[in-house]
Amino acid sequence: MALLEATDIHTYYGAIHALKGITVTVDKGEIVTLIGANGAGKTTTLNTICGIYHPRQGTIVLDGEPIHDMPAHTIVTRGLSQSPEGRRVFGRLSVAENLEMGAFTRKDKAGIKRDLERVYELFPRLLERRKQLAGTLSGGEQQMLAMGRALMASPRLLLLDEPSMGLAPMLVDLIFDTIKEINAQGVTVLLVEQNALVALSIANRAYVLETGSIVLSGTGQELLNNPEVMKSYLGID
Amino acid sequence: MLKNLRRRVSGTTIAMWIIGFILLVVVIVGVVRTLMIGKYTGADWTDLFVYGISQGSVYALIALGYTMVYGILRMINFAHGDIFMAGAFFGYFTAIVFEKNGFFDSPTVDGKLVLALVVVTLVAAAGAAGLAILLERIAYRPLRRAPRLVPLITAIGASFFLEYSFLGLFGSGIKGFPEIDALKGRVSIFGVEILKTQVVVIVASFVMLIALWLFVQRSKMGKAIQAVSEDKDAAALMGINVDRSIMITFLVGGALAGAAGVLYALLFRQVYFFMGFFPGLKAFTAAVLGGIGNIAGAMVGGLFLGIAESLFPNLVLDGLGIPAPYQLKDALAFLLLVLVLIFRPTGILGERLATKKA
Repeated sequence: MALLEATDIHTYYGAIHALKGITVTVDKGEIVTLIGANGAGKTTTLNTICGIYHPRQGTIVLDGEPIHDMPAHTIVTRGLSQSPEGRRVFGRLSVAENLEMGAFTRKDKAGIKRDLERVYELFPRLLERRKQLAGTLSGGEQQMLAMGRALMASPRLLLLDEPSMGLAPMLVDLIFDTIKEINAQGVTVLLVEQNALVALSIANRAYVLETGSIVLSGTGQELLNNPEVMKSYLGID
Repeated sequence: MLKNLRRRVSGTTIAMWIIGFILLVVVIVGVVRTLMIGKYTGADWTDLFVYGISQGSVYALIALGYTMVYGILRMINFAHGDIFMAGAFFGYFTAIVFEKNGFFDSPTVDGKLVLALVVVTLVAAAGAAGLAILLERIAYRPLRRAPRLVPLITAIGASFFLEYSFLGLFGSGIKGFPEIDALKGRVSIFGVEILKTQVVVIVASFVMLIALWLFVQRSKMGKAIQAVSEDKDAAALMGINVDRSIMITFLVGGALAGAAGVLYALLFRQVYFFMGFFPGLKAFTAAVLGGIGNIAGAMVGGLFLGIAESLFPNLVLDGLGIPAPYQLKDALAFLLLVLVLIFRPTGILGERLATKKA
């Protein structure tokens, strides 16, 4: 059944019509990916879902509850969190403090402690560096921290925006293995990626965005075998 | 390589360094001559120094409001000095009630006096905090997404609004803050004779500075404020209510300024509508000296400026034969600001503003 249903979303930046009627559904337990070129509206879609932008038209329903009018900080409490594009960790706070901020809205001390242990288990590097200022971490470590921080909200739906951006190939594999592991632990994942090949290979389903509209959708395998997708996004003729 | 280097060092830079060098020589000559003349005794210097600390700790309290608001909104709240003034007024009105009821009569420090002073400070802090929140809500929040110049002009307008409101409501006369008998005279601490009011001001300021430091560094809300200062959208994604964090920043800054107003009134015993102007500017200077946006910097900058403007006129200018050096302390404070902006634009503890995310 659908955990997230975004229906006919229209988002504007001032006068610019950035999303032109996007419909995306994510079922419980899935990994769904949005792929597309730069400026297609992938990040805007995620930011509209999590309340940074509000759609001018359309509905977003999380597990039966409409969330499109909620401010971003309230949506987090409904079990949706995001690891944003470019990581955006708090550079002047330590690793541990960043993770603490991830759990900002939670009151269940035991649950927070359990999730902290889970994050340190997924990313042992963060445990080693927990006292270090996040601004001094490497790009890969910051990506781990951004994901760990999002997990600290104990989300049912985790939005990941470009987790592989700017990372060495070896780290990309590590990050994607971790995404699969997080998903296996019961977290539904909506993933935005430029690296379409890797994203499609781990996704149950995928949507292809082009200038604010969805032009294709299907299972990860289907899109991987689609000649159009191969040509446009995988660079294979 | 060498050619590159030569091209980068422009004429202006060289001129600046020459000016810097001349200033340094003037300072050294002034200090040496003052000390050789020996007009002031050791006790005089200690007096000036302690006075500088008390003045500086008040600057530090006000400077924190400037720096925290700058940190979170990238905006200079020029009305902050008037929040300080309002705090002094609230404190004054509370204090005269206590005075009428004999709370300040005892010749020694007793429980009644301490209670009265704590209540006066709390009322001033609460009143100033309330005013600061109102200011943010009414004057600044609607302009959150406007170009930066707009809130700045609004802040200057708000400053005038507060000053002339208090002028209209309470008149232009200087109100004498009640004199407290138990705080008259001096007390000996480690063999140094210090004015009792200065001891109260210094101790109270340091308690508040430490409390603020703990709040920002240790509490969840304090860390949230730091997170919002760095990246509002990312903070919102953590579930942090950005508007609420900004409100709390104004609340904390306003409360500190209000309490500083009472301490200032204790030191100088004068409360009037324009009293926030100079301390406000000085505290802003202190915040820039320490590195605007940096909380430790505001504390260090405030203390440094207080001590500098207390010691430097006599220490440097006297030896140069300037007749009334102390009259130049304000000029000196702003000269210091200009020098810091030229030679270390980021302030004493500041990070490079250019690399900081706007």
